[in-house]
Amino acid sequence: MNYFTKLIGWVDERFPLTSNVKAHLTEYYAPKNFNFWYFFGSLALLVLVLQIITGIFLTMHYKPDAALAFASVEYIMRDVPWGWLIRYMHSTGASLFFVVVYLHMFRGLLYGSYRNPRELIWLFGVGIFLALMGEAFFGYLLPWGQMSYWGAQVITSLFGTVPFIGPDIAEWLRGDYLTSDATLNRFFAFHVIALPLVILGLVAAHILALHEVGSNNPDGVEIKKLKDKKTGIPLDGIPFHPYYSVKDLVGVVVFLMVFAVIIFFAPDMGGYFLEANNFVPADPLVTPAHIAPTWYFTPYYSILRAVPPIGISQFPGVAAMGLSVVVFALLPWLDRSPVKSIRYKGNLYKAWLAAFVISFLILGYLGTIPADTYGQFGAWLGKADIATVVARICSVVYFAFFFLMPWYSKKDKTKPVPERVTG
Amino acid sequence: MKTINHLKKALLILSFLPSLAFATEGIQLDKAPIDVSDHGSLQRGARTFVNYCLNCHSANYMRYNRLLEIGLTEKQIKDNLLLAGEKVGETMKVAITKKDAIKWLGAAPPDLSVEVRARGADWVYTYMRGFYRDSTRPTGWNNTVFDKVGMPHVLYELQGEQTLNHETHELKLTKPGRLSIEEYDTLIGDLTNFMAYMAEPVKQQRNQLGWFVLLFLGVLLVLTYKLKKAYWKDIH
Amino acid sequence: MSDKQNGQHQADSQTGASYQPNQSPQVNLEKRNFLIATSAVGAIGCAAVAVPFVKSMTPSERAKAAGAPIEVDISKLAPGGKLTAEWRGQPVWIIHRTEEMLAKLSAHDEQLSDPNLEVPQQPEYCKNKDRAIKAKYAVMLGTCTHLGCAPNESFVETADWDGGFVCPCHGSKFDLSGRVYKGSPAPTNLVIPPHKYLTETTLLIGEDGEVA
Repeated sequence: MNYFTKLIGWVDERFPLTSNVKAHLTEYYAPKNFNFWYFFGSLALLVLVLQIITGIFLTMHYKPDAALAFASVEYIMRDVPWGWLIRYMHSTGASLFFVVVYLHMFRGLLYGSYRNPRELIWLFGVGIFLALMGEAFFGYLLPWGQMSYWGAQVITSLFGTVPFIGPDIAEWLRGDYLTSDATLNRFFAFHVIALPLVILGLVAAHILALHEVGSNNPDGVEIKKLKDKKTGIPLDGIPFHPYYSVKDLVGVVVFLMVFAVIIFFAPDMGGYFLEANNFVPADPLVTPAHIAPTWYFTPYYSILRAVPPIGISQFPGVAAMGLSVVVFALLPWLDRSPVKSIRYKGNLYKAWLAAFVISFLILGYLGTIPADTYGQFGAWLGKADIATVVARICSVVYFAFFFLMPWYSKKDKTKPVPERVTG
Repeated sequence: MKTINHLKKALLILSFLPSLAFATEGIQLDKAPIDVSDHGSLQRGARTFVNYCLNCHSANYMRYNRLLEIGLTEKQIKDNLLLAGEKVGETMKVAITKKDAIKWLGAAPPDLSVEVRARGADWVYTYMRGFYRDSTRPTGWNNTVFDKVGMPHVLYELQGEQTLNHETHELKLTKPGRLSIEEYDTLIGDLTNFMAYMAEPVKQQRNQLGWFVLLFLGVLLVLTYKLKKAYWKDIH
Repeated sequence: MSDKQNGQHQADSQTGASYQPNQSPQVNLEKRNFLIATSAVGAIGCAAVAVPFVKSMTPSERAKAAGAPIEVDISKLAPGGKLTAEWRGQPVWIIHRTEEMLAKLSAHDEQLSDPNLEVPQQPEYCKNKDRAIKAKYAVMLGTCTHLGCAPNESFVETADWDGGFVCPCHGSKFDLSGRVYKGSPAPTNLVIPPHKYLTETTLLIGEDGEVA
């Protein structure tokens, strides 16, 4: 016995090291037919780690003070050795986090990964998504530029539309009568410690739940149903490590290349990742001309603008926006199809999914463009303009995809599912 | 070869994104001659900036000794740019306080460190060439890209006076200044170039490093792909 | 990678399992080579990424600008007097030593820990009898080499004291060249910062002069 095995033995008597490595890596059997869409789970984990590391280093130089915040970000960009690289990694990482998470969620939609027995995995995932949105929102205030400031002002005002208690909630959130130093200071606390802890906890729960029931796959076949009689290993399962660890490594390098192209050649991403207006320090007296949220929030923002107010209350729009995010959590119980994977679903479901994706993209696009390009949102039906009409149609499709699912997923003509994965 | 072409195309598309995002702005902007590797242009721009802009506008995030990067020596910086005996490690501050500025000028002149990132180089280039005589304004000046601008035309001695034809929206030089039109355009081009450099001094280094990082990742991609293939031979 | 050999290859194939724990040796060689190559290049990449993060914690341009060399005018410094300047947040003493002071300094070598300046607590150009560029002016950091207190000046001479500094914290004693007396808790002489003369009476502290 060499010293290394001795050391491992010593640890194993005191801590379940080897048994955990086996349970989660070397003897966790994943279906052998994972395709392109299955890269994004591990990539999301990678981005999370990158965001935490770069975030820690930014915290060393950033000052959460309304008088100093903007200057401290420029200080990081210029005076701190390599600060620019760390800051661009963090700002690019934030956007790519959403790219990766959206693709990861779409994978779930494609292959029915939310269906029995994976409802809890999906719920934890929706929790991560919500926490991530909060994390991005709080973090976006920190550079204390004009977009940071007015973005926070608008979003906190949304809480003000809640009937009766709204104004008090908005004021309580800001800690002041408008977005101010107090708001910045608490958003900093939420961004650097509160939500990261929540996200880490939910990610752990997400992975534990996954490893309890096992991974889904593009065929939606439960590989645990057919096991090798001698070894008890699923016939279509292969150990996560080394097979998927080396495969994910390829995905990681490709991802890093995309990451590097953006960081080194287009960190602003034409104003989508870093907005021009955010290079103007926050000014509570001047609202910039085109105020829009960062691209990953724009679909929900368009839904907010598409819903007409009731009287003078904007609350219906706010409620619709909230619902458009939370509705994902209901998917496990909305889908009544006898099959999980899109491969064996019929044209009806495929058409609905396509309509949903297109609506989502159009809503996202409409949210990024200035309100005066296609017209102002929010007019009543009689004098509504193109943008409003399109956004309303897309919003209806968006919600119909979810709420009509029990009907069309049942009615859909499905194909027979094979016994084993098809590779 | 094919991948390199794809990469070039992707980079080209990326570089066009800004123009797509702001294509909806109504005003026609002139293309600024930006080349942050042209040290001569940057040095001339720095001198113009220090002599004219830095009287009212600060560049609080820009350190004088950073100009060593654009080929100036410490002595040149001291002799030509540090007009009030500042140290070379200091940032480009102005003596005027925000309160005084509001009292005297009506508004605090914005800090110009990251102006090009906020407005774009083309905007700055067009703005500095877009002043025209307007007797309805308190300063006597107006601007084609910044209507009712508070800033007077600081460089009118160099450019001369322009008037705007309100029907064709064209500017015409009615009273020549010390510089010809071409000379003035070059002066503003250099100034804009310097301001573009100042907005993100690290940009050139960033682009150069990028190619090395991509090359390295390319090698790593080949290796990880081969490694994956070697392992997955087992899987049938 | 379990290499335990068992004869199950055939049996597994019959059940149609995708994964057989045993592999042929040739495949393993290919795996091993690419594993080593990927790990090596990956490790280089990780190390290269670590560099910017480590460097981001070194003094920033602002800190460097604040710690830039300072000019000190010593034209008004009277013989026997001391002047304190601040450089990088530390006190820098400039002492105008008289002829008598200088004479006494070379007479008490045997009482000192390091009279010949073996420990490099001074730039090369100050490693001389007077521990100075110009004998008249001693320049040193007023920070005790024991635990960083600020020693007090004690220039008044007595029968067994040639004048110098005494640290209030633990009683370390230094002479007027900043050399530490034997028996002091301080292990080394006081530090001489890099400095040079711009003119006869202007010192630049924080930048090396020509090494003589």
